[in-house]
Amino acid sequence: MSASAEERNARTPWVLTAPALMLFVGVLLIPLAMTVMLSFHDWGQYKGIEPVFILKNWHEIVTDPYYAEMFGRTFRIAILTTLLTAVLGAPEAYILNRMSGCWKSVFLLVILGPLLISVVARTLGWALLFGGNNGLVNKLLMSAGVIRAPIPFMFTETGMVVALAHVMMPFMVLSVWAALQRLDPQIENAALSLGAGPVTIIRRIIMPQIMPGVLSGAIIVFSLSASAFATPAIIGGRRLKVAATLAYDEFLNTLNWPLGAAVATLLLAALVLIVVGSNALIERRYAEVFR
Amino acid sequence: MSRNGPLALIFHTIFVIVMVAPILVVCLVAFTPEGFLSLPTNGFSLRWFRAIANYPEFVHAFWVSLGLGALSSFVALLFAVPAALAIARYRFRGRDTLAALFLSPLMIPHVVLGIAFLRFFTSAGLGGSFVALIIAHVIIVFPFALRLTLAAATGMDLSVEMAAVSLGAGGWTLFRRVTLPLILPGVISGWALAFIQSFDDLTMTVFLAAPGTETLPVRMFLYIQDNIDPLVTSVSACVIAITMTALILLDRFYGLDRVLAGKGDTGR
Repeated sequence: MSASAEERNARTPWVLTAPALMLFVGVLLIPLAMTVMLSFHDWGQYKGIEPVFILKNWHEIVTDPYYAEMFGRTFRIAILTTLLTAVLGAPEAYILNRMSGCWKSVFLLVILGPLLISVVARTLGWALLFGGNNGLVNKLLMSAGVIRAPIPFMFTETGMVVALAHVMMPFMVLSVWAALQRLDPQIENAALSLGAGPVTIIRRIIMPQIMPGVLSGAIIVFSLSASAFATPAIIGGRRLKVAATLAYDEFLNTLNWPLGAAVATLLLAALVLIVVGSNALIERRYAEVFR
Repeated sequence: MSRNGPLALIFHTIFVIVMVAPILVVCLVAFTPEGFLSLPTNGFSLRWFRAIANYPEFVHAFWVSLGLGALSSFVALLFAVPAALAIARYRFRGRDTLAALFLSPLMIPHVVLGIAFLRFFTSAGLGGSFVALIIAHVIIVFPFALRLTLAAATGMDLSVEMAAVSLGAGGWTLFRRVTLPLILPGVISGWALAFIQSFDDLTMTVFLAAPGTETLPVRMFLYIQDNIDPLVTSVSACVIAITMTALILLDRFYGLDRVLAGKGDTGR
């Protein structure tokens, strides 16, 4: 009896996970594999998709400088967005963490809440704030004397970076916040009692300890920014394409599915490589933090 | 009370203003009495909220979004709850691989998922159908449903279950009367977070939706592509209000920081 009970026990987790596993194999892994295969198919204006094995799409992506420029723009925007969120988000998380209980939870809600609000609504807000050359942001910056002439935000990379940074900011604050929770507040006092000034404390005590949080936040922000769709599409308009909006165009306007699939496959492969690679680097560098 | 210096507080104030500004400006413009985009300087008006009723595409898209969110989150839980119990309680070969697979929709860009599902459902003859939307949304909300259920199942006191077993409960009764009530807060929060994710998704859905199955974000996005007018701001204001309500409920019920800690963890 005990043998059969043990056998049943060993089977139970598989029985419980089987439905979800079948769902994921059937409607996630198979479609993804089909997409990779689609990128090797041929396409013509009149003949449509031809299921043959051909490297035409990949050859076009590699040789046509248009795709190099587009992927360059995609990753440039993602890197600038990541830097902007790190430079502003990390200090904000630190300030937030030093606030007293009630204010802390109120502002945490205010800063993290937008994460769950529709990206379309948030980007629409930036489109309204940018609004041509006499938008609210430009008026404010000019009256504050920061700039002389209005900066074009709509349909530019600058505008995309600002709006994307706003969309991604909660991820960075959250990630640094999590790192700050692991920090012993007494260490700061210890440094203070040993004669360290505030700058030294931040540079030598706080920074090294929240760095893993900043880096893992950076990975999240980078991968989400590089594959962002709504914000680049609304702020960038029809001309300024990034990888996600280009793939959308190939699929729903040009109807060249194999080429769109190749763009998407390349984006996925690049992101997986970057994310897995930098995760491994961070974990090796900060092994003791994750132990 | 605060240990922050004046410089830090100035930085914080500007930061919070910038974070809130785009959301606030959408809500304010929604109340404009004018026929064009402007901040309501002379009086508030509800004319653009009433105008939504004259644009049945938005109303229809709202119902599609609501039904899709509610249904796909529920279906996701049907798959996620047993999976979460297995992962939380058993140590078996392939457990880590399974968990990684189940959380993978968080790491795959939604544009890639959208393309993969479009290709898949078109060749299955389901292109643009509501069924296709539900299946696709089940996949993208699954990680959120799984994570919160997993958290509840991991923290559960197993001795209660053992007591029930010793009293003769087994199988379905054990699950329905003991296990489920104990993990219910996690399950409900998982449903709410999954609902919000489904309700807000644009990037994947825009590939799958056809006229008639357009969700609210898709309808809004396509509308903005053509022109930005106060109508779309009043629709956005409604969406923001719905999300805020769900957010406040979630915070009261479960704690927003715990919910979001699960969401922010996509890179690892």
